[in-house]
Amino acid sequence: MVKKMFGLLIPVLSVVLGLLAGAIIMLVSGYNPVDAYMALFFGIFGDSYFLGEAIRTVTPYILAGLAVAFAFRTGLFNIGVEGQLIVGWLAAVWVGITFELPMLIHLPLAILAGGLAGAVWAFIPGLLKAKFRVHEVIVSIMLNYTALHVTNYIISYVLTDKLDKTNNIFETATLRSPLLSGLTDGSRLHWGIIVAIICAIIMWFILEKTTTGFELKAVGFNQHASEYAGMNVNRNIMMSMVISGVFAGFAGAMEGLGTFGYASIKSGFTGIGFDGIAVALLGANTAIGVVLAAFLFGGLKAGALNIPVETPIPNEIVDIVIALIVFFVASSYFIRWILNRINKKGVK
Amino acid sequence: MEYVIEMLNIRKEFPGIVANDNVTLQVKKGEIHALLGENGAGKTTLMNVLFGLYQPEKGEIRVNGKPVKITNPNIANELGIGMVHQHFMLVDPFTVTENIILGKEPSKAGKINIKDASKKVRELSEKYQLSVDPDAKIKDISVGMQQRVEILKTLYRGAEILIFDEPTAVLTPQEIKELMLIMKSLVNEGKSIILITHKLKEIMEVCDRVTVMRKGVGIGTVNVSESDPNSLASLMVGRDVVFKTEKKESVPTDVVLDIDGISVKDARGIQVVNQLNLAVRAGEIVGIAGIDGNGQTELIEAITGLKKTINGSIKINGKNIQNLKPRKISESGVGHIPEDRHKHGLVLDYSIGENIVLQTYYQKPFSKTGVLNYSKIYDQARNIIAEYDVRTPSEYTPARALSGGNQQKAIIGREVDRNPDLLIAAQPTRGLDVGAIEFIHKRLIEQRDNGKAVLLISFELDEILNVSDRVAVIYEGEIVAIVNPRETTEQELGLMMAGSKRMEAGDKSRG
Repeated sequence: MVKKMFGLLIPVLSVVLGLLAGAIIMLVSGYNPVDAYMALFFGIFGDSYFLGEAIRTVTPYILAGLAVAFAFRTGLFNIGVEGQLIVGWLAAVWVGITFELPMLIHLPLAILAGGLAGAVWAFIPGLLKAKFRVHEVIVSIMLNYTALHVTNYIISYVLTDKLDKTNNIFETATLRSPLLSGLTDGSRLHWGIIVAIICAIIMWFILEKTTTGFELKAVGFNQHASEYAGMNVNRNIMMSMVISGVFAGFAGAMEGLGTFGYASIKSGFTGIGFDGIAVALLGANTAIGVVLAAFLFGGLKAGALNIPVETPIPNEIVDIVIALIVFFVASSYFIRWILNRINKKGVK
Repeated sequence: MEYVIEMLNIRKEFPGIVANDNVTLQVKKGEIHALLGENGAGKTTLMNVLFGLYQPEKGEIRVNGKPVKITNPNIANELGIGMVHQHFMLVDPFTVTENIILGKEPSKAGKINIKDASKKVRELSEKYQLSVDPDAKIKDISVGMQQRVEILKTLYRGAEILIFDEPTAVLTPQEIKELMLIMKSLVNEGKSIILITHKLKEIMEVCDRVTVMRKGVGIGTVNVSESDPNSLASLMVGRDVVFKTEKKESVPTDVVLDIDGISVKDARGIQVVNQLNLAVRAGEIVGIAGIDGNGQTELIEAITGLKKTINGSIKINGKNIQNLKPRKISESGVGHIPEDRHKHGLVLDYSIGENIVLQTYYQKPFSKTGVLNYSKIYDQARNIIAEYDVRTPSEYTPARALSGGNQQKAIIGREVDRNPDLLIAAQPTRGLDVGAIEFIHKRLIEQRDNGKAVLLISFELDEILNVSDRVAVIYEGEIVAIVNPRETTEQELGLMMAGSKRMEAGDKSRG
């Protein structure tokens, strides 16, 4: 029980320290941190529109975080979530604009297409790791660039005639909802958040309750012992990457089918896949932790948009504050050390 | 000023466990003082307290009569306490000298004076007859030499009191002899030594006095000259210990394991098992005696499916299992206590309970349609923990947190409980204390008496002669002789293991 409280205390303390450090930076730069944090808070909780937009921002962060966390838990570093997300986005939109089907079939099909595309993209580094021991980080970083440029090509030359975005998806493939949008004063909130939460439950179930998860984690911890125990190490490495890629592909599908309704040419990465690494770390690679971390991360990102609107503080400062929070979480060892010292002194 | 080190009434607690309870250790100047105890008795904890890695809850430490507070290893170093760790802390691509000066580089204007350092290392090495080449790279020298580098490291830093943490665990018999001489020359030069060990032979050979610990409690200190191995063993374990394992005559029946002419290549592609024949019958223990590196590891890996064989056949109860997947072989009735428990035997980050079902998690009742049943898994774990006397705070404790002996007991419990027709035990007692060894030998013999076949691989001749019903000698990947342990001697076995005496092995090895 004490340990659990301790586990919760560290991320909370990290966030507080991050906010404090951010305040110092704003003070030094001559801005008023109180105004900034008020604007930030209002930008998340201030009215239902902001809240809706914040939840919408959170959705892909949850899925990207799950993708990274799942791979981490099984001993792999999937830094290719970004690329898997981009191909998932395009695949989902592709199904969304190509077929005309009843919604009950069309929407799940489009989401699954996104997941499948992400899975295929993640399978490549998984296969190379399993068969040739090529490090998954190298392959998946390169595949991020490949994904970016291949999808750009497909959008301009296959799906359209040299346009920079696809048609909008059919209504039967959309995750958008007049109901949710209406409730939140016209925000772009969509059903994706439900998909993300379901995926978090699925990840928890796979890792904690199934024989598959038992094998995946065992292989991640100790390949030799897993092989000795009769597990198929190579299959598990590929499986782990594929499941991770499905989550990443779903993240892209949420953007394609929910937030935007189309796919457009990108000049650079969305950043969501990379932020997913921070979300996974912040959430200690557990399903519930990732969801909470994604809410924090997405909330900050969404709320931050309001700071330059209401105060003279530039957007860059906001990015610094978020970066500081992540920094303090990453150095949680340091915070743990301080807490331990305080505890020890308290006992004496 | 009689004692160089005094640790008085030390108490050290960890959450849920008292590792040291009122332990007193007093070391005289110029003596070799043994710290004897079973695995998990708290020896290493006590030494970590002395070395400043842990802070005691109670008790006092005195160095040369003066009370001191050792809050980190640097202070221990300054007080002249040096530790030779069991697992060496060396940088492989660096030279001996570079390793020794690491962290204390003699430098002038930012430039390291390696020549002077090398000279000083050579002088030290000569003074204590260590014959270490200061310019050799660590990766090019033997394990025994690496240990001497660790010793030099502490001497270079001016250590007067050297702690050796189970130094002989990694050494060959020849290297052990040399280490004993080195320790004697160290005390002749006025150093004092604390030797952590559970090997009674070593204590009788070099130590002056011995402090015995049992379950975290200091039992007392005795003079070695007034003691003998039997009384030390019973002090350590808390009851009388039988060195000679008692067993009935074996009643071998049908052939369980039948190996016919297999060859196996090692990781480098060199054929290390050559046309090997071996049969093990139900109701007998066959011991494989041999010097490390004569194909034992590859033989086991071939039987258990971890390595492919290139010809011949391996049958279990008449069914060919050659080159099947490890799981299929395990399901055919083969249990395997692996040589390296950390590498193969356990997932250290998994709980003891999860490790207990490492091969059977996918079977009923531990899972159903792919979903684990943790209450059944931990039920099973509790059974094994109770039956095999695995000392652990709970079945949820990570395997990493257990001592070596208890990890091994958990593995043995897991393998024996599956009741395999063939149990392969590779070095089952390596690094364990007499109590645990006795327990494990009993279990192996029990399996045999229940009509199972047991294949024992060990580098300890005592163990082979003590436990086996038949001894197969392996040399360069072949079984060169099969002998009856009651009709042979260690000397004769040793000669055969060295390849100087071959018997016609062909038919006899098939029992």
